[in-house]
Amino acid sequence: MRPSRPARAGQYLALLAYLVFLAFPFLWLISTAFKPPRELASLHPTWIPKDPTLANFRQAFDEQPLLRAAANSVLVAVCAALIAVVIATPMAYVMARHRSALSRAATGWVVVSQAFPFVLLIIPLFLILKNLHLINSLPGLTMVYVVWSLPFALWMLVGYVRAVPPELEEAAAVDGAGKLRTLVSVTAPLLAPGLVATALFAFITAWNEFFFALVLMKTPERQTLPVILTHFLGAEGVADLGPLAAAAFLATLPSLVIFALIQRRLTGGMLTGAVKS
Amino acid sequence: MRRVSRLAAVAAAVALLLTGCSSGGTADDGRITLEFQSLAWQKESVDANKQLVEEWNAAHPDIQVKYVQGSWDSVHDQLLTSFEGGEAPDVIHDASDDLADFAYGGYLADLRDLLPARLKSDIPQHSWETATFGDGVYGVPFLQEPRVLIANAKILEAAGVRIPTPERPWSWEEFRAVTKKLSGDKKFGVAWPLKEPVSATLNLSLSAGGRMFHRGADGKVTVRFDAADQVAPRTVHDQVNTDGSASGATLGMGGSDTLPGFFAGKYAMVPLGFSYRQQIVQQAPKGFDWQVLPAPAGRDGLAQGVSPQTLSVAEDSPHKKEAAQFIDFLLRPRNMVRLALGDWMLPTGTEALKDPTLHTEKNDWATGTALAGDLRSAPAQSVRGYAEWKDKVATPALQEYYSGSIGLGELRKRLVKDGNLVLARYQR
Repeated sequence: MRPSRPARAGQYLALLAYLVFLAFPFLWLISTAFKPPRELASLHPTWIPKDPTLANFRQAFDEQPLLRAAANSVLVAVCAALIAVVIATPMAYVMARHRSALSRAATGWVVVSQAFPFVLLIIPLFLILKNLHLINSLPGLTMVYVVWSLPFALWMLVGYVRAVPPELEEAAAVDGAGKLRTLVSVTAPLLAPGLVATALFAFITAWNEFFFALVLMKTPERQTLPVILTHFLGAEGVADLGPLAAAAFLATLPSLVIFALIQRRLTGGMLTGAVKS
Repeated sequence: MRRVSRLAAVAAAVALLLTGCSSGGTADDGRITLEFQSLAWQKESVDANKQLVEEWNAAHPDIQVKYVQGSWDSVHDQLLTSFEGGEAPDVIHDASDDLADFAYGGYLADLRDLLPARLKSDIPQHSWETATFGDGVYGVPFLQEPRVLIANAKILEAAGVRIPTPERPWSWEEFRAVTKKLSGDKKFGVAWPLKEPVSATLNLSLSAGGRMFHRGADGKVTVRFDAADQVAPRTVHDQVNTDGSASGATLGMGGSDTLPGFFAGKYAMVPLGFSYRQQIVQQAPKGFDWQVLPAPAGRDGLAQGVSPQTLSVAEDSPHKKEAAQFIDFLLRPRNMVRLALGDWMLPTGTEALKDPTLHTEKNDWATGTALAGDLRSAPAQSVRGYAEWKDKVATPALQEYYSGSIGLGELRKRLVKDGNLVLARYQR
């Protein structure tokens, strides 16, 4: 049954309100990034800067090693995403296809592991990484992010694997394909959208993460973007607002670009995971 | 075949990325390397710190200092983890009100035998008290800032009110009368940014003789809320709720949030930290005429509490002596002035305070410098349990009192009765 006109209008209105709600902080961030200090302190702020300037960007780059921090963030996030997907895929396959007491226990552990707060983990983690000489090292941080994103990545991929009909694998087996061949030639291509979505999730998790990076990365040469952004904040919440907005705007760009590039595959992946066979 | 090549390419890419992830090793050339974690964040301040580190490194090839950037926003958690993991920087920049837990926890070195006599005598005793916990001294207080009234000079001049000076400040009563005179037509004499009301209230109360925290003969601390403690909070309450001379809207704001209204002439005065002058210089509209006035004075004159910025040495540092030498270098009078100018704050050192650059009329440095002698240790920073009292008891109670939701009796009951229950748990 098609919805009535008023109902449809209401739906569009709700959608519009939601989009405005989502877009507002980002648009305000862009506006702030281009405003000179005097406009930032105006009692009647405007959306469009009256006297737009790039000075905030110049200052942000002058004061903090943004490019190096961005490179660190990209490196760590890409490594973490790839490794998490590589590890999670076979695990997810086993958990989805072979339901046993062990796989149920593993699923339970995945759920429980999401409940641990950061502060509970950070000190033992710090000590372990210290003993491994992985404090202030990008591989150490990557390992943390892999472990941190793995449970949810696994959870996502289990759903995607279950959405692939087992009959296809059985047909391949009837045609003489071995287990590995079936996985590589039949299951993996069907899982591709799910793998992309999972990798993206792991990437975003690592890209935005602050607390582990703050504690584990000591020198500016190794710090990631979220940590560097806090250097624009002073005591008692005072902020260098213009350069902070400029740097934060730049920090959001990689995520947006990646989303834009793989949006179709991501949407397909989400739908695939949503439909259970 | 094509798929196999793709897989190989992905594997190679991962291997390359991991290689890229590898951190480089550090050469062990036998020199001592100290880590100095600085919380400087404004460009001038970061530049001053880095330049001083460079000068030290050039003059001390055997004791090199590595500058590490920290941030005020997250320093406590970051330091706590570093201490627990035995990876703390050798020289630690922080604020005195953050040191108590670290000092009592044994993470910081007692500096009494490490610092030279020159530095010890250069910094006044009342500043040392801010970093003294129990019998030890766990930080060198080096930068501090009084809370001042930043005023719209034109509004004050037009109203014909007496302009206070450090020699002849306003009393709390006079301040209240002046703000009444400056108010009307949707404009306010003062805007109190009291998002975090406790430290502002306690620190300003010192001028009227208020201490609120009293240590008994048994060493235990209790909260009282005597007449002297009530002068400052009652003034704020009455300005907002009785006189209409203070904006109620700014009670939930931070200092920076009040500046747009201040620049627009909505508020004649804003009580802010001395270092806010930098933001005012950067953000004020062209031709905006502002000036720094001392905070109101009470029976104890212009006394007010501060929590200075400090430099400490980690207890785990294997090079405590060298770390103390570096602190001594950073805090030589001329260098202390450079750090103070970079942060728009006042140095604690008596020699540094004599520097002519801190006595100029430009940006009202002279007014702030004249207040340095009246700055005292913030009343509660060494009291165990203060943080919980502040968050759970005092902050909501003062916020409700200032907004007019509760009266003075209820405020007293909460601060004292509920407060002492909290403190008692820490003093068993």
